[in-house]
Amino acid sequence: MPATSIDPKDVQGLVRFGYVKLTEACYLLLRIGDAAAARAWCAKAPVATAEIQGQPPEVALQVAFTWDGLRKLGLPSEALAGFSAEFQSGMAGDENRSRRLGDVGPSAPDNWLWGGPLSTPDVLVMLFAKPGKLAQWRAEQEGGWGAAFELMHCLDTSDLGGHEPFGFTDGISQPEIDWAGTRNGNGDQITYTNVVAAGEFLLGYRNEYGKYTDRPLIDSADPGIADLLPAEDVPAKKDLGRNGTFVVMRTLEQDVRGFWRFVDSQSDSDSGARRQLAESMVGRTIEGQPLVQTSTVPIEGIGAAPADDLNRFTFDQDPAGTRCPFGAHIRRANPRNTDYPGQPSWWLPLLWSKLGFASKGFRTDIMASTRFHRILRRGREYGEGLTPEAAIQGSPGKDEKRGLHFLCLNANIVRQFEFVQNAWLMSTKFDGLTEESDPLLGNRTPVGDGLPTDRFSIPREGGVRRCVAGLPQFITVSGGAYFFLPGIRALRYFGRLGS
Amino acid sequence: MTSQSGLTVIVPIDRKRVRDLKALLSTMNIAPGQANPANSLVPFGRLENLHFARFVILDDQTLDDIRLYGLPRQEFPLYLAFVCDFDGDRAAFLTDLVQCCGPGLRSVFSFCEDFPNGADLLQWLQDHDLPIAANYVNWRGRTVKQVREEARLRQTIGDYLRSNARALEGQPAGLVRTEVRKFVEGQIAAGRLTLTPPASTPWGAKISNLVHLTGGFVLIALLAPLVGLLVIFRIRPMEKTDPEYAPVPDPAQARQLAVLEDYQITNQFNAMGAVKPGLARRWVVSYVLLAIDWTARHIYTQGRLARVRTIHFARWVFLDGKKRILFCSNYDGSLDSYMDDFIDKVSFGLNVVFSNGIAYPATRWLVVDGAKDEQKFKYCLRRHELPTEVWYDANPAMTAVEMERNSRIREGLEAATLSEDQAREWVQLL
Repeated sequence: MPATSIDPKDVQGLVRFGYVKLTEACYLLLRIGDAAAARAWCAKAPVATAEIQGQPPEVALQVAFTWDGLRKLGLPSEALAGFSAEFQSGMAGDENRSRRLGDVGPSAPDNWLWGGPLSTPDVLVMLFAKPGKLAQWRAEQEGGWGAAFELMHCLDTSDLGGHEPFGFTDGISQPEIDWAGTRNGNGDQITYTNVVAAGEFLLGYRNEYGKYTDRPLIDSADPGIADLLPAEDVPAKKDLGRNGTFVVMRTLEQDVRGFWRFVDSQSDSDSGARRQLAESMVGRTIEGQPLVQTSTVPIEGIGAAPADDLNRFTFDQDPAGTRCPFGAHIRRANPRNTDYPGQPSWWLPLLWSKLGFASKGFRTDIMASTRFHRILRRGREYGEGLTPEAAIQGSPGKDEKRGLHFLCLNANIVRQFEFVQNAWLMSTKFDGLTEESDPLLGNRTPVGDGLPTDRFSIPREGGVRRCVAGLPQFITVSGGAYFFLPGIRALRYFGRLGS
Repeated sequence: MTSQSGLTVIVPIDRKRVRDLKALLSTMNIAPGQANPANSLVPFGRLENLHFARFVILDDQTLDDIRLYGLPRQEFPLYLAFVCDFDGDRAAFLTDLVQCCGPGLRSVFSFCEDFPNGADLLQWLQDHDLPIAANYVNWRGRTVKQVREEARLRQTIGDYLRSNARALEGQPAGLVRTEVRKFVEGQIAAGRLTLTPPASTPWGAKISNLVHLTGGFVLIALLAPLVGLLVIFRIRPMEKTDPEYAPVPDPAQARQLAVLEDYQITNQFNAMGAVKPGLARRWVVSYVLLAIDWTARHIYTQGRLARVRTIHFARWVFLDGKKRILFCSNYDGSLDSYMDDFIDKVSFGLNVVFSNGIAYPATRWLVVDGAKDEQKFKYCLRRHELPTEVWYDANPAMTAVEMERNSRIREGLEAATLSEDQAREWVQLL
């Protein structure tokens, strides 16, 4: 397979960078007021690209659109119809999706602050800046677009120094994008790799199946699209998706006090036991150290630097879950498995494995292969930090809201984000477990004839597992939407629409 | 061992009355497509040997696909399918069914073209039960009763472990097992738990199984070279030119299907399509289904269809003189994760059947590629999917894997002796 080179100047920077040095950030959720003015803004918007600059930037702007937003911009119907069904209907667009994502009860879209039935934004503008520079950067931008957009919400963020609101180090594990396009996605993956085909995170390139994920392709006859790149797989058509991707954004309100009080109540208020329980729910220590042993063998796509130790592991060394519980958050979110159990090394064991004869172990073949279900996380926290000790103390009369503006990038929303959320995180049957879902994210809704899902089990070496029951809901979804993060050429093309 | 059987009653219905039929069927539901077990029309919940049941109207949306071959569209009757998976033999189940749900079934089947007034319902059902071309049962011999008793067993043990957590903490596995056994024996003696021993396999069933095992094997082996030649000289050349057709599914149809999904963990699935034109395809697909049926009955009998562990029951049925095929299944998880399982784990197994259907993504040698074209495969499947009007699941929110776990717990409990290692593994299942 020929390697395709990706032009970083055509890719929005967020795909490559987390802008962690730009510690101030806000997300502006906008409604298109004047479509012509919005298009004019698209033509010249100062969007930061994935090109590596000599000088790190002081500020950055990224922009993404919902399907409604693209429609209002005047995208031709052929292009609009070329987007995936889930992007068209949106995160809150149908009840079946909400059921699968676990957005029910207090997390149901009807209760959302933004993104619900009547509050879906058209445009998401993400602003990042060095400390002290955000206010001015925002004022400049808002002044620049004038009547183009109306502000629906400004979601502020806070810098908790690399920790999420519960206090754990966050954002450690990320997939490594195969920028060089050398990955042959169609073969079997026998050992775990952290390198993922570019097509999983950027439209227009081969994905892990060696195929091109569906995206809008437009007939080349239209002179307005001369500047767009041709589709690699259908060269007669222009690829509107090329170098773009989808942004999944969810506002997750975290009940930090509730979390620490609950683990405290389960630990007889012993601070060591409390910490241990919280860490087993996450699967990492507060500082980010995985509960399983770091792998001594190198893992493709994970560096050798000491900082990479936090990410150099699989769960193969912990088959009984006695170090990191099966239901721990990081084990659910990324099980780090391969295409086959037991890493068959030549064709006969591989065939045996394919036919399902390799092992009759209870947990063999119970989970999907991880490489088709990776996401790139780019979220930011909001609200003030709270230490576990302060969280356990009495709360003030009126408590501030805190949580995470979860944000991830993926090329196929259903197969990546929705799968991870539904089959792994929210599933009450993940990895042979029952009566529990993600200890942090679970909505605790009973299943079947009222079977509980509010438990968390901690396997113990040789003995009976510890079962923690009665977990309250710690995280409530209070907003969300699916956005398209266009490549730069596509964005400029939006600017030429209607002219 | 009590074996599982299937009922597949497929009968033509009057097109003009479909709306009324749908309205009647929907009276059984508590949510779109989800049967109320105690509904007054067909109270499924009262049939204690019934695992799954469904009513589907076989309104094939892909009849025009035959035009891809330059052939004219062919019209077929519109069918109603009534599909059940149950324990024990058919005659006993049918008797129960008619006794328990006779009037309701009569009013449903009165929409069928050849349901005479005052018909003998039992005889009529028998006459319209189509042969199953290939049948898959997740765990041969596991009855509804067993599933429920073992679920109760696990819950009871779980409660016991939680209330005795302190005392059992750090105890060796063998000792834990002894304590749990004592507790369970007490519960059984007090009548709070029941663990019915498995029924012995009748001699007749043993013999017919042996005949099927050997006879089927000989037949499959004898036919294999002929089918091989057919694949080399007829199928492979056709594969190079067979048209693929996998447009994005119609959003309205996709919505109609999605409304019926993901209420609990288990879902239903129906797909229908036409076999590619020509006798070669018809012969090959008949052979393949024969082989799958044999394999499912004798090899994949305990929890796994190759590497897939999420399918409870599945079957293929030929319709209209083998021109069309209906596939029905009950599986765990969302449809997307089900399709991912297909693609990533058993694409060869799907290709070998479905690639004989019109419009399927191109294969090589019947097994290679095909479903590996992920997006096309998913579109193709969704396009051939049919909505289920009424679906009943006797054990909602219980996955096949969970049922296996419960059986393993019981097995370990009832085993005369376990080594310390085995006991440790057993304790970890609790």
